Amino acid sequence: MTGIERMTFARAINCGLRRTLETDPKVLLMGEDIGTLGGVFRVTDGLQKDFGADRVVDTPLAESGIVGTAIGLALRGYRPVLEIQFDGFIFPAFNQITTQLAKMSYRTRGRLNLPVVIRVPYGGGIGAVEHHSESPEVLFAHTAGLRVVSPASPADAFVMIQQAVASPDPVLFFEPKGRYWDKADVDLSITVTAADGVVSTSGPVVAMDRARIARQGKDLTIAAYGATVSTALKVAEAAAAEGVSVEVVDLRSISPLDAETLVTSVRKTGRCVVVHEAPVFYGTGGEIAALVSEACFFQLEAPVLRVGGFHTPYPVNKLEREYLPSLDRVLDAVTRAMAY
Amino acid sequence: MVQLLTPTGERRDDPEYSPRVAHLDAEALRGLYRDMVLVRRFDGEATSLQRQGELGLWAQCLGQEAAQVGSGRALAPHDYAFPSYREHGVAHTRGVDLADLLRLFRGIDHGGWDPRAHGFHPYTLVVGAHTLHATGYAMGVQRDGLVGTGDPARDTAVIAYFGDGATSQGDVNESFVYAAVNNAPLVLFCQNNQWAISVPPSRQSRVPLVRRGDGFGIPSVRVDGNDVLASYAVTAMALERARSGGGPTFIEAFTYRIGAHTTSDDPTRYRSAAEDEYWRQRDPIERLRLLLVAEGELPETFVAALEVEATALAERIRAFVHGLPRPATSEMFEHVYATPHAIVDSERAWFAQYEASFLDTAAADGRSHA
Repeated sequence: MTGIERMTFARAINCGLRRTLETDPKVLLMGEDIGTLGGVFRVTDGLQKDFGADRVVDTPLAESGIVGTAIGLALRGYRPVLEIQFDGFIFPAFNQITTQLAKMSYRTRGRLNLPVVIRVPYGGGIGAVEHHSESPEVLFAHTAGLRVVSPASPADAFVMIQQAVASPDPVLFFEPKGRYWDKADVDLSITVTAADGVVSTSGPVVAMDRARIARQGKDLTIAAYGATVSTALKVAEAAAAEGVSVEVVDLRSISPLDAETLVTSVRKTGRCVVVHEAPVFYGTGGEIAALVSEACFFQLEAPVLRVGGFHTPYPVNKLEREYLPSLDRVLDAVTRAMAY
Repeated sequence: MVQLLTPTGERRDDPEYSPRVAHLDAEALRGLYRDMVLVRRFDGEATSLQRQGELGLWAQCLGQEAAQVGSGRALAPHDYAFPSYREHGVAHTRGVDLADLLRLFRGIDHGGWDPRAHGFHPYTLVVGAHTLHATGYAMGVQRDGLVGTGDPARDTAVIAYFGDGATSQGDVNESFVYAAVNNAPLVLFCQNNQWAISVPPSRQSRVPLVRRGDGFGIPSVRVDGNDVLASYAVTAMALERARSGGGPTFIEAFTYRIGAHTTSDDPTRYRSAAEDEYWRQRDPIERLRLLLVAEGELPETFVAALEVEATALAERIRAFVHGLPRPATSEMFEHVYATPHAIVDSERAWFAQYEASFLDTAAADGRSHA
C-alpha cells in the first residue's frame, strides 16, 4: 500500500489500522463484532482474516471489560486499539477510562504508561435510534491524562490513527461516523511507528496534537473538528460568495487544544465562530471562547460565537437536522459576528 | 471449606490439599509465622501513626494475615499480583518495603513502589476496577506464550485480590467473564472478611460467594482464610492450574476484618463485641504458634529474635514516616502524560511564575520544609 489512493473515511482508518498491525506486533484490536463481521461500520473489515483472532479480538459484550482488560494488556507491553461500537455505549467503560486509564501514569509517577487507543464512532446525521448519535468528547477532554482527537478527512484519519497508536498516552479517537462514507485522496506512503517511546514518521505529517488550517481567510475564523469541518468549509464557500473571507481551523485535537494556531488565526481575522455537534453548554466552544477572549482581547471585533447541539438529550432522528449545526445556522453566526 | 490447621493449632488432613504443604518444613513454617508477626506489628504501628496525625488514613489488615501471607508466599517471583488496598501482607511477601506503603497514606504519593520490580501492582481504591486489569494482564501472559510450557521458570500466573463487597461490582463480574472465556492464567482471590465497611455478605449475595464462580464456569474453592497453610495450599494449586493452561480459579478465603474498615470507620455501630470475640478465638497467628509449640519447633531464641526484629521494624517505620518530605509543588504537574501536553505545560509555567511572584513566602516555605 503506497502512493495516493482515493478511498472512504472508513477505509482510510482500516488502512491505518492495518499498517499498525503490520509494523508493530504488539498492536491488538479489540471490540464487539470487529472480527468476523468487521465491525458494524466495517472499519475493521478483513483484518481478523489477515491477522488472526488473537490480534483482532471479538470481545464479550461488556465495554468496561474491554477497556479494563486492555489496561492489563498494556501493562504487559501490548498496544490495544479498542472499538466502542457507538458513542452512547462508552459509558459502561467511563469509570475504567477516567479513574484508571487516565491516571495510571500519574499514580505511578511515570513508571507505568498505558498506550491504549479507544476508537469511538461519534456524532449524528445518520438517522439512528437513541444513543447512536452523541458527541461525548468533552467528558474525556475534561479528564487529565487522556488525549482526545478527531480527524476530519480520510487523509488525516489514516495518519492520525497511526499517530494515536504510536502515542505512549491513552488516546480517545473520535471518528465522525457521518463522514465514514466521504471519499478523498489518501497518501498511503505515510507510516507512523513508535519504538522505545520515540515516534517517527516516513513523511511530512502534522503532529497529532496540532491544528491545521483547512482554508485560508482574513475576516473570520471558524474553529471546527470532526464532522463539522466539512460544514465549515461549505460555509466558507457560501460566505465568500457574499464577500466574507472565512478561515477554517481544523482543530484535530480537543485535548490538548492547539492554542497557538487558533490564536494566530483569530489575531489575524478578529472574529471567531466555534462549531461542533456536541452541546454548546460547557463545551469545547466555551473553552475556546475563554481562550480567545484572553489571548486576542485587543484584536477581537466581535464576541466569540458558538454553534452546536442544544442542552437537550440527542433528539429523535426526525429532528436531528434542526439539532445539528447546519450550514444555515453556522452561516447565521458568521453574519452575526460580521455585523459587530 | 478447606482447612489444614484448626483454630487450636491441630493439623487436619486433606487428601487434595495436604500434599501441597508437605514440603513446608519447620523452618518454612517459622517463616510464615515471622511474616505474619511482622505484618501485624507494622499494621499496628501504621494505625498508631494515623492516630497521631502522621497518616491521613490507614486501612488495617488485622486478622487477614494468613490469607494474605499464605497466598502471597505461594506466588513465584515472576508472577504478578493486583491488590486492592488492604493487601499489606501480600506486599510484604512480594518484597515491597512495608514502609513504602505509607507514602500513599501519608499523602505524598499515589503509589510508592516500583510495580514491575516486585510484580505487585499499585493499590487500587476504586473497588474491583483492578480485577479487569489482572485479567487483561493474564491475557497478555497467554499471548507471550508463558502458559503451559512446562518450564516453571517461565510459566506465569496472575492473581487479583478483592473483597466480599467487590463481588457485587460489575467490573468483578466482567473479569470473571473475560477470564473464563479466554481461559486466562488468573487466580481470583476474594478475602471475604465479612464486612464491606458496614454491610455484611448477605447484602451482596443470596448464595455463598464461592458459588459465584459456577455460573461463569470457573472452578471455585472456599478456604479457611485464617489458616495460613490452607490459604497457601489452595492458592498454590490454583496458580499451578493457571500456569499449566488450566485457566482461572476463584478462591473465597473466609476470614475476618478484626480492625475497622479504615481509621475513619467505627465498627461498633454495626457489629457486636461477641462477633469480634468469636473471630479473635480464630486468630491466624495464634493457631500457627500453637502448632509450632506443639511440634517443639518454636524455640525461645527464635521468639525473642522475632520480637527484636518486629520492634526494630516498628521503630524504622516510625522514623521513616517522620522523615518523608512533602513533594515539591512542581511535582503536581509531572507524569500526567508520558509526552508533553500543551495545557499541562502552560499551567505548569503559569504556576511557576505565580509562585515566584511571592519570593518571600517561597523562601519561608523552603525553610519550613528543608
